[in-house]
Amino acid sequence: MTTTENRPAQVFENNDLKPVGHGRMLRKEDPRFVRGKGHYIDDIQLPGMLHMAILRSPVAHARIVSIDTTAAEAHPKVKAVVTGAALAEQGLAWMPTLSNDVQAVLATDKVRFQGQEVAFVVAEDRYAARDALELINVEYDILDPVVDARHALHPSAPVIRDDLEGKSDNHCFDWETGDEAATEAVFAAADVVVSQDMVYPRVHPAPMETCGAVADYERIDGKLTLWSTTQAPHAHRTLYAIVAGLPEHKIRVISPDLGGGFGNKVPIYPGYVCAIVASIVTGKPVKWVEDRSENLVSTGFARDYIMRGEIAATKEGKILAIRTNVLADHGAFNGTAAPVKYPAGFFGVFTGSYDLEAAYAKMTAVYTNKAPGGVAYACSFRITEAVYLVERIVDCLAYELKMDPVALRIKNFIQPEQFPYATKTGWVYDSGNYEPTMRLAMKIAGYDELRREQAEKRERGEVMGIGVSFFTEAVGAGPRKDMDILGLGMADGCELRIHPTGKAVVRLSVQSQGQGHETTFAQIVAEEIGIPPADIEVVHGDTDNTPFGLGTYGSRSTPVSGAAAALVARKVRDKARIIASGMLEVSVADLEWQKGSFHVKGDPTKSVTIQDIAMRAHGAGDLPEGIEGGLEAQICYNPENLTYPFGAYICVVDIDPGTAKVTVRRFVAVDDCGTRINPMIIEGQVHGGLTDGVGMALMEMIAFDEDGNCLSSSLMDYLIPTALEVPDWETGFTVTPSPHHPIGAKGVGESATVGSPPAIVNAIVDALKPFGIRHADMPLTPSRVWDAMQGRPTPSF
Amino acid sequence: MQVSMTVNGDEVTREIEGRLLLVHFLRDHLGLTGTHWGCDTSNCRTCVVWMDGEPVKSCTVLAAMAGGHEIRTVEDLEQDSVLDPVQQGFIQCHGLQCGFCTPGMMMTARALLDRSPDPSEHEIREAISGQICRCTGYATIVRSIQWAAAHEAAAGAEAEVPDAVVTAGSAS
Repeated sequence: MTTTENRPAQVFENNDLKPVGHGRMLRKEDPRFVRGKGHYIDDIQLPGMLHMAILRSPVAHARIVSIDTTAAEAHPKVKAVVTGAALAEQGLAWMPTLSNDVQAVLATDKVRFQGQEVAFVVAEDRYAARDALELINVEYDILDPVVDARHALHPSAPVIRDDLEGKSDNHCFDWETGDEAATEAVFAAADVVVSQDMVYPRVHPAPMETCGAVADYERIDGKLTLWSTTQAPHAHRTLYAIVAGLPEHKIRVISPDLGGGFGNKVPIYPGYVCAIVASIVTGKPVKWVEDRSENLVSTGFARDYIMRGEIAATKEGKILAIRTNVLADHGAFNGTAAPVKYPAGFFGVFTGSYDLEAAYAKMTAVYTNKAPGGVAYACSFRITEAVYLVERIVDCLAYELKMDPVALRIKNFIQPEQFPYATKTGWVYDSGNYEPTMRLAMKIAGYDELRREQAEKRERGEVMGIGVSFFTEAVGAGPRKDMDILGLGMADGCELRIHPTGKAVVRLSVQSQGQGHETTFAQIVAEEIGIPPADIEVVHGDTDNTPFGLGTYGSRSTPVSGAAAALVARKVRDKARIIASGMLEVSVADLEWQKGSFHVKGDPTKSVTIQDIAMRAHGAGDLPEGIEGGLEAQICYNPENLTYPFGAYICVVDIDPGTAKVTVRRFVAVDDCGTRINPMIIEGQVHGGLTDGVGMALMEMIAFDEDGNCLSSSLMDYLIPTALEVPDWETGFTVTPSPHHPIGAKGVGESATVGSPPAIVNAIVDALKPFGIRHADMPLTPSRVWDAMQGRPTPSF
Repeated sequence: MQVSMTVNGDEVTREIEGRLLLVHFLRDHLGLTGTHWGCDTSNCRTCVVWMDGEPVKSCTVLAAMAGGHEIRTVEDLEQDSVLDPVQQGFIQCHGLQCGFCTPGMMMTARALLDRSPDPSEHEIREAISGQICRCTGYATIVRSIQWAAAHEAAAGAEAEVPDAVVTAGSAS
């Protein structure tokens, strides 16, 4: 099936043709949001609540000589001042990261990045807490920082992580994938080899709501309730139990409405732990909410990969092999939230959408005096970097071969009959049919016409570029045997309960940050059980009221929890069928399901609705032998494989030859995320990701000076696209269902963030072709584009 | 110090610190948490409210400066249980995802439509260009405001949008 929902200029037929579960349904969560009745972390007010503020390091690398808190403690509104030394006495000064490293909760020995947590104050109000921070006197012995990852392993580089026993350098980890020798053999024999250095700069998800927590520790029963901005409430609860030694059943983590996440709200931050300690120390509920600078300088960043891409091909343009060498900057602590066996996330899919003979990647990760993190900003566990690498290097090959970049891609696509396709780096792509998706994007864009326009404009000295990318993503982590986070298997639970009157509640282990779970999951269940979505309440984000699961990131909600929701509904339906057989006095085999009711085969008049069955299940009447009362079920879904959504993107840019300002004139995105549940929500996810792509390609970068000062610590310096920098998106879709997902769905939340940066950069580089440019590094600000137009390569940082 | 102002039509008087920001006054002192805070530097406009009919960034106004003035927040957009067309438009056209920037966006949109009932797409983009949304990519926000403009032009405010409307193929 190939249809589009391109708008508004072109409207194709078959718009939203038979998506699953009520299709383009308006969102159930919106009525509260438009009334200002969302309930975010900072909206929580508890009686007697105190406020916490964190003192952060002003420097990137220094030994702490002394901390004097006397004046702060004397402040009339201050209730507690806590330093790393005090936490160390309780064994709480360090905590494990999600990558088996450790991270300081509060610095004890050294500070290792600007913005690192040094002490916290608890006071009666948020202003007083901030005032008291000013009264803490810290003496630092400044050390040389390591800012440039390329110098981190130099023998003269200062050792950042001297807290780790025997550590004598800044090496974090090495990782490789693919067959080095086989790849070398292909490269040695190839007609054409193209090599390109490229930098994916450090960027930040910067959700509009910063991170925060409200901790409420009840001394009498020892119960901790923690409201926190987390995309993974269950994983957090278990880790708090392990770190703090609190019994897990006495911890309740509630993730309220989240004002965006994008991976920024996956890690456990020192602030959350401090808020818990603050509540335990004071015996009162304690609120902590970051300011914007704290969010930008200290929380989970993204990317920061320095990559060399190499591609080998025949002179006719058959791609044979891809090889890459990556230097990964992980900051001061390895705070990456990735499955344990995948320290580079899913970067192994850098082979892209192409049928190769060989592939090899080698990565060295280093510590630097920068904030920890690494996997965030809708990156699908580093697939953003992988797709950028392959889609840039393929364009470099097209440049050298003087081939059209679309023709080169189509020539090398994995063919539909090759699926499931095992890549040379060990990934099994579940399904794909790439060429129709590429051709649809060309049709919507009017690709040939655009090329003609470009040729004419070049004649007139105008600077216009057309960029293409084709991506394949791998989303929906586990299965649990392959993927875990600190030993917690990546699977997700789901519980469905049908009330006596036929209304339902479905409880999820994942947590929305704006993706519309309350709507989408009601639609999935509605499709399977035949109850209207309006009659299905979705409960999530509360560990006391939902089954265990690993949470929402890496586009895993629909592939994992969406499957769980469909299967739990089928389990309930199986029980309903047995009850129906009793009600209709026929055997189970004689019943037929038609969305919402069972009827006797051959006699549709003899039927019972799911609502009738629900009442019967809870009623006083007899139930079939061996059947318990009630109509509910719970499952834990362990995915068989990842799902592999894909898409074709085409970007058109105009560059002002006088100012080098880039305008994204058009952007066409054709996505294939398998079975579509709510096309409106999918389109929204794609739009958001495309905007991220414009941000990363043109303006976003977390930059540092040579002393390790973060130069992008506010939204004045860290630029995010506004409505004036983005075009009206043109979207389309194809549908290639996942063969192993119960309803054929794949994830889509990050597709556009993954796929759009190379399309935009490819468009800009294409525009600059007359200037002899084959590559330019992001962010392509006017000054960088100007430099490129003058023949000056862009600086790597 | 004591400050008095009109908030959503109600006279309020509170004892405050002189340095208290209007956004914190509204949120922490009056419990009007629909107005959000998103940055320290007056760049994101998540906190937009109206002062005497004009959109202002409530993170950049001291509560004391609002004394004697009329403040209007997102909580006042719905009148007599009928949503403002702007609110309806945001629901109809998927103008929000996480909902965090939404109150500020809607207050700006309402002000735009009050002075320019039939804005062009560029006018709309310009009007919201000081406001950051990380989720939507803005196109659906533009459509939401266009929806509101069209429906106001057609018939004034329509009936309240039910809490969960099921539509089929309503590509706006």
